[in-house]
Amino acid sequence: MAKAAVSLRQRDILDLASMEPSEYELILKTAEEMKKLINRDIKKAPTLRGKAIVNLFFEASTRTRTSFELAGKYLGADVINISTSTSSVTKGESLRDTLLTVEAMGVDAIVMRHPAEGAAHYASQIVKPVIINAGDGAHAHPTQGLLDLFTIKQYKGRFEGLKVAIVGDVLHSRVARTNISALNKLGADVHVAGPSTLMPREVEQLGVTVHHRVEEALEGADVVDVLRIQLERQKKGLFPTPREYARIFGVNAARLALAKEDVLLMHPGPMNRGLEISPDVAYGDRSAITEEVQNGVAVRMAILFLVLMGGKPLEAID
Amino acid sequence: MKLLIKGGRLVDPSQNLDAARDILIEDGLVAAVGETLTADADTQVVDATGLVVAPGLVDLHVHLREPGQEAKEDIVTGTKAAVAGGFTTIVPMANTRPIVDSAIIVSGLKERISREALAEVMLVGSVTKGLNGEELSEMGDMAEHGAVAFSDDGRFVENSRLFRSALEYASMFNKPIISHAEDPTLAGDGYMHEGAVSARLGIPGIPAVAEDIAVARDVLLAENTGAHLHVAHVSTKGAVEIIRQAKKRGVKVTAEAAVHHLTLTDEAVSGFSTATKVAPPLRSSEHVQALREGLKDGTLNAIITDHAPHAFEEKDVEFRYAPNGFCGLETALGVILTELYHTGEFSLSEIIGKMSVEPAHIFSLKAGSLKVGMPGNVVLIDLNKEWTVKKENFYTRGKATPYEGKHCRGQAVMTIVRGNVRMKDGEVCVGKQN
Repeated sequence: MAKAAVSLRQRDILDLASMEPSEYELILKTAEEMKKLINRDIKKAPTLRGKAIVNLFFEASTRTRTSFELAGKYLGADVINISTSTSSVTKGESLRDTLLTVEAMGVDAIVMRHPAEGAAHYASQIVKPVIINAGDGAHAHPTQGLLDLFTIKQYKGRFEGLKVAIVGDVLHSRVARTNISALNKLGADVHVAGPSTLMPREVEQLGVTVHHRVEEALEGADVVDVLRIQLERQKKGLFPTPREYARIFGVNAARLALAKEDVLLMHPGPMNRGLEISPDVAYGDRSAITEEVQNGVAVRMAILFLVLMGGKPLEAID
Repeated sequence: MKLLIKGGRLVDPSQNLDAARDILIEDGLVAAVGETLTADADTQVVDATGLVVAPGLVDLHVHLREPGQEAKEDIVTGTKAAVAGGFTTIVPMANTRPIVDSAIIVSGLKERISREALAEVMLVGSVTKGLNGEELSEMGDMAEHGAVAFSDDGRFVENSRLFRSALEYASMFNKPIISHAEDPTLAGDGYMHEGAVSARLGIPGIPAVAEDIAVARDVLLAENTGAHLHVAHVSTKGAVEIIRQAKKRGVKVTAEAAVHHLTLTDEAVSGFSTATKVAPPLRSSEHVQALREGLKDGTLNAIITDHAPHAFEEKDVEFRYAPNGFCGLETALGVILTELYHTGEFSLSEIIGKMSVEPAHIFSLKAGSLKVGMPGNVVLIDLNKEWTVKKENFYTRGKATPYEGKHCRGQAVMTIVRGNVRMKDGEVCVGKQN
């Protein structure tokens, strides 16, 4: 595993492809401390008191938005949520003007979820507050990637040489893209599996082994990451029926048995039980799906702490 | 009023000339070409020592946006950009508001152009009324009033029977049909080239085969009708090969490639700059290479800019929501000389051929040649002038360019339209001169 960096190189958290393994490690190490705080009776720390964070969400989200909100609040920051259905965006305001308005109110960080790829990069060029990408289209979701890394590290203690199988709709998945780039940097052996219609053309150039039989990907896997299947993809003609998807690509007990005995099963949520994942494995003893949610809060606390305290590690602050 | 261009290196492939020649322009026309011409008292003399003298550049594919979208561009700003870049003849597409789909609009535009334009502007009419893809426009009437070709640029005419009718009908007037070849169902909701870069960025991809399949249909219909098909902004390896084979069979097909498709790849999209969003999209290097080969072997007849200016507020949005296109008239020559000439890949005659002589020839325009009797449309080029693309120096209203900050070698230093100096050392000269 890489040695933790002393600080983050860039102010903004836009994607994991532009970050180094030593920066991932700094965030993961900080998150371990944060996770202890979450499990205390009194969760509140004053570390980010006086800092203001805006969750600017242009797409519906419960898990990520709540996770960021609690992460900020546990550290004592003021957190405001703006969602587009109730904002000036519905009056036709441009993203630039929305960002300038939020900036002018004196916020320190903007957590942004947006349906368009590159929106967080664009935002980072416009305003001074730190931009944390909470998902931009099918491009990147760096905090989800980091919480997945945190979970893998927690259970496996390493990344080097692990066989990681990412199963499902890779084409539309920012989680898949994020994890592929990060896990490759960390020396894992990344496999993807799913219908060819849900694989990006030339995906192998991202450094993955592609399978169209899910069994091949699961064979001997250390980690299985199952992606959500959105039902509207079926209407676009990308797969025939949910029934056929579940039969051929769904991760169930029989298929999971092909993986290593101590396989780690992950899913970024929300799950379609009985479609991409069967309930018995989702709630089974190999599953870390709810653990991921708690890790998500810890990782986001670590990120907010690092970006708002100038990228310095915890012990340097006190 | 007479204008004598003295001491330059005349590169005019229409006369197989690459030699020291003087050119005399009188009453807007080339009056003499000779080794040493002398000026009389009322002749203005331009010293072209050390410069290339060539027929003014011809761009078969621009958007002037007037009428209706003057926040993006208009006849004045668009033709200023043209002469600033060395272009003396430009051909704007019909997708204005209203659409150029009737003779009265052609006549009205021509009248305005005659008063306001700094360069020569030849008009294209639409193939279908209002670009609706359903009924033919009055192409005969528009042709009689000066339209030089017909195009539903920006849209593919999906109805194959209607497109066949358009080809047959336009051929009665000896006018080409320009096809914007992209199967919209294959392009789907994509907005960049489908390949390794789109796989990485998560941006929905437009497969190259969406263009190939449309070009194949259009070429087959040209073969079936014997009409002249001109394929706009060819961007794929497959399309180049389909056109190459069609030409071998004697199909009356011509084609153009855009400066950006010849010089940029989809890697340019990596930073999500809306100045790299264009239709057809920037493609991968194998396509760029195939376009250059097509240009070299004659499959592609013309280099065009597809100058497509947009207002600041339209391009200042998330990549997904930005309109396609960017300006190109003021960067084209510098970029092409830098990337295709100074690299040794193309000769100067080939470049003047593709940017002036051949485009004028395939659209039967009175341009692209400095033979005696032709319009006095001339560009003077300093082949070694070093300069950097800066959008604040543009005359066009649509400043977005994928070449911002690019270091170029070679630039137009004077543009002469009908014997009038319209640009000198980068400055556009407005007003009647003679």
